[in-house]
Amino acid sequence: MSILERLFGRRTNQSAAVAKNRLQMVLVQERAGRNAPDFLPLLKNEILAVVAKYLDVEDDMIKIQLESAGDTSVLEINVELDKARIKPKPSVAAKA
Amino acid sequence: MGKVVTVTSGKGGVGKTTSSAAISTGLAMRGHKTVVIDFDVGLRNLDLIMGVERRVVFDFINVINGDANLNQALIKDKRVDNLYIFPTSQTRDKDALRKEGVERVMDELRDNFDFIVCDSPAGIEHGALTALYHADAAIVVTNPEVSSVRDSDRILGMLSSRSRRAERNEAPVDEFLLLTRYSAERVARGEMLSIEDVQEILSIPLMGIIPESESVLKASNTGQPVILDKESVAGRAYDDAVARFLGETREMRFIKAEKKSLFRSLFGKA
Repeated sequence: MSILERLFGRRTNQSAAVAKNRLQMVLVQERAGRNAPDFLPLLKNEILAVVAKYLDVEDDMIKIQLESAGDTSVLEINVELDKARIKPKPSVAAKA
Repeated sequence: MGKVVTVTSGKGGVGKTTSSAAISTGLAMRGHKTVVIDFDVGLRNLDLIMGVERRVVFDFINVINGDANLNQALIKDKRVDNLYIFPTSQTRDKDALRKEGVERVMDELRDNFDFIVCDSPAGIEHGALTALYHADAAIVVTNPEVSSVRDSDRILGMLSSRSRRAERNEAPVDEFLLLTRYSAERVARGEMLSIEDVQEILSIPLMGIIPESESVLKASNTGQPVILDKESVAGRAYDDAVARFLGETREMRFIKAEKKSLFRSLFGKA
């Protein structure tokens, strides 16, 4: 730090705000996942496997969330289809 | 019926053992019969911080296994009345903390002490979970730093789901935040998460703020709990924290950045 910077107290490192922001973002996700039932990752994989029979999908195109409010819980399954391509010959359809 | 106070954090190196030593000593100085237990099986260190490493004969695992009784294993502190140290074993057997054995020892301690302070190991393995399981109150030691705050949040989640109180549907574990290694100067410069930042994220009552202080290393070098160092800022901050834990209201001290003189700003070290 130069003498001038010391004298005029230039603030060069305001990283605490970044830290707080990053923490808040990551903890929202982690807290939501904490109360999720253990079977959720397995369910996600199986659904992904079924979808993959028909569509060319990557792992990150499928999102599964369990949300609870009061007495009701909603299982939300989102598959991003805009990037996925339909497979030319679905293997199941061929067997049928 | 004694109260089990678990000192925990998830992350290592944030000051759990230093805090366990200081808080147990502080509770005893206020006349409460207190024992401090080292739950870090295999990595015994509380004995060093308390300065009783040469007096260890039997340990926690010996008592769990029935090879010794409590009176043989507890080390009576020579500086403070009402204070006892319960060292752990250096065994590499990870499963040495058998559930029924620990339960039996904890029940016996509850019958004989006002406070049972448990120094939890870092991580979320068996030792940490066992210390957390028995908690009536938890002191979550946190540094103003992202990984420590995140791990503390994780530990808070576990306290509400995996403690004995949660398992038995009893009143939840009393949770307290102890912010350690705090630097008011760095917070003022925007380089470090502030008290308000950490509190907003973790949202549990603040028990104390321990400023980063050279006296902590000096205390561990000499095996004196830092709370006995009445000159030191850290020692006095721990004293305040213990008072707040016992329900007193005390204003937070040592949290304002000191203004440096122009001379020191120019020529002093940052």
